[in-house]
Amino acid sequence: MIPRTAKSAVGRRILDAFRAAGAVEVAPDILLPADTLLDLYGEDIRARAYLTTDPIRGEVALRPDFTVPVVEMHMAQGAEPARYCYLGEVFRKQDHGDTRPAHPRDNEYLQAGFELFSRAPDADAEVFALFHGILAPCRLSATMGDMDLLLDAVAGLPLSAPRRALLAHHIWRPGRFERLLDRFSAVEPPRHFAINGAPWTGLRSEAEMEARISRLEAGAEGPPLDPAWRTRLHRLFSVAGPAPTALDELRILADHIPAIAEAVERLSARLNAIAARGIDPAAIRFDASHGRHTMEYYDGMTFSFTAEGRPDWPPVASGGRYDALTRVLGQGEAIPAVGGIIRPGLVAELECAPC
Amino acid sequence: MLKLGLPSKGRLMEQSFDWFAGRGIRLSRSGSDREYAARAEGVEGLSLVLLSAGEIPRELAAGRIHLGVTGSDLIREKLAGWRSDVVELAPMGFGHADLVLAVPACWRDCETLDDFASIARDFRAAHGFRLRIATKYHRLVRAFLSEHEVADYQLVDSQGATEGTVANLTAEAIADITSTGETLRANHLKILPDAVIHESQATLVANRRAVETGATAELAAHLGLPPHVA
Repeated sequence: MIPRTAKSAVGRRILDAFRAAGAVEVAPDILLPADTLLDLYGEDIRARAYLTTDPIRGEVALRPDFTVPVVEMHMAQGAEPARYCYLGEVFRKQDHGDTRPAHPRDNEYLQAGFELFSRAPDADAEVFALFHGILAPCRLSATMGDMDLLLDAVAGLPLSAPRRALLAHHIWRPGRFERLLDRFSAVEPPRHFAINGAPWTGLRSEAEMEARISRLEAGAEGPPLDPAWRTRLHRLFSVAGPAPTALDELRILADHIPAIAEAVERLSARLNAIAARGIDPAAIRFDASHGRHTMEYYDGMTFSFTAEGRPDWPPVASGGRYDALTRVLGQGEAIPAVGGIIRPGLVAELECAPC
Repeated sequence: MLKLGLPSKGRLMEQSFDWFAGRGIRLSRSGSDREYAARAEGVEGLSLVLLSAGEIPRELAAGRIHLGVTGSDLIREKLAGWRSDVVELAPMGFGHADLVLAVPACWRDCETLDDFASIARDFRAAHGFRLRIATKYHRLVRAFLSEHEVADYQLVDSQGATEGTVANLTAEAIADITSTGETLRANHLKILPDAVIHESQATLVANRRAVETGATAELAAHLGLPPHVA
């Protein structure tokens, strides 16, 4: 058992490294308004965050992560480019379903984080290299993903705009995504809905229903998707391996999925920028589907650092690009943002003296 | 001494008495029917306590009672990681009720859970907030919808008269227990056939540690239950 003081000491060393990289330390509240988090993350957050009620403020959450309060703070007052860092506890419920694990995960733990708000093209590389450098003594495995590739591939499908939007919306829900893809790849008979005499009830309006029915009764807009597209998407989702090899595969795929060509070149530029910072791209595993298993707000590069010998551990560090989140929180205004967190408690257990 | 907890009221208690009587154990209330005390005859070493059905899962998990009769829905809803604490010994064949997802009957475009997911997304875009489902079964409903990858909804708590929340505009759909569906129909709601979240019935449940004792094995044999493999 590593004492809490030792974990904090590791956290402070990481924080120093973030400050040395130009970040300003911020200290967001621990009690956060729940409505913003609920709207962003949906019901998942209730299963994961501790919610409580304040007689005046209403529903509040014990900070489940720092990203939302840091983004809100920046959107309210920040100027670009801006680099922020923080160190503090986050709180997560661990509700595991029918059987409790023998070694439940921590309900509260430290996060040391770094967030970069910048339009510079090498911002991704800066953040990845910073985390890589700090964690180098811990000999972790680095994995990178790129939601840009997947979202661009979906956006380029020869389907109607609403169908492409629907697929993009469910990209983080693999089962639902596959079912939609199957549906769109087949000749779909128009649906017919029986009229019933039930009186109208509830807030959803009759006009909303009629709009959906006319959409469905009209059948698919345009022909079904050529099954080759499903195969191409599956090939894209399963690209995984050392980053330079994966990049070669992606370039070949881009001949068949032209919509990803630009994202592939952005990935290539990012890997070059990372190499220019002294990191061998061949030591980074690229997994095209990595971001599908992370929080829904990442919409570009995603990354995680995991401890090989600890398969039961969560990632020691993780992060990514979340431009979409700043758009949601900024009421129309968006700022390119990329960042990540390290768990000092796990680093302390590895006894690898980071920084 | 094994302690058996039974629901203290109504049909569930009567039917539990009948179930045990059919297996040679006579349970009865002692004194007046307002007194929450009871006794067991026909078997040695069994004492009976009457308590609220909703509290039986918690008392079982804590080991304050060794056996209990309660709905399989309440076990799953009230005990996180229930299999770690309790063992279901026997479904009892009464107290049937399904936890279902129900939507306004007038939603004629909503025939499946996939329709529901699609409507939830449209609703969120049109109204600026997530479609609300009123329920008191938060954990079961959330786990079901998460497993089926439904997004764009939120749960709102409703501890009673849940079927009325849609007409009151405090929810767009509900998830609640129903046996005949009559209350749902009366409130102009319909069940989504592929969204039966849990099929509940009265169940004889044992504390996990109590299951490993000889006393429980003897009682199980007396009741004609197959020996439990813990």
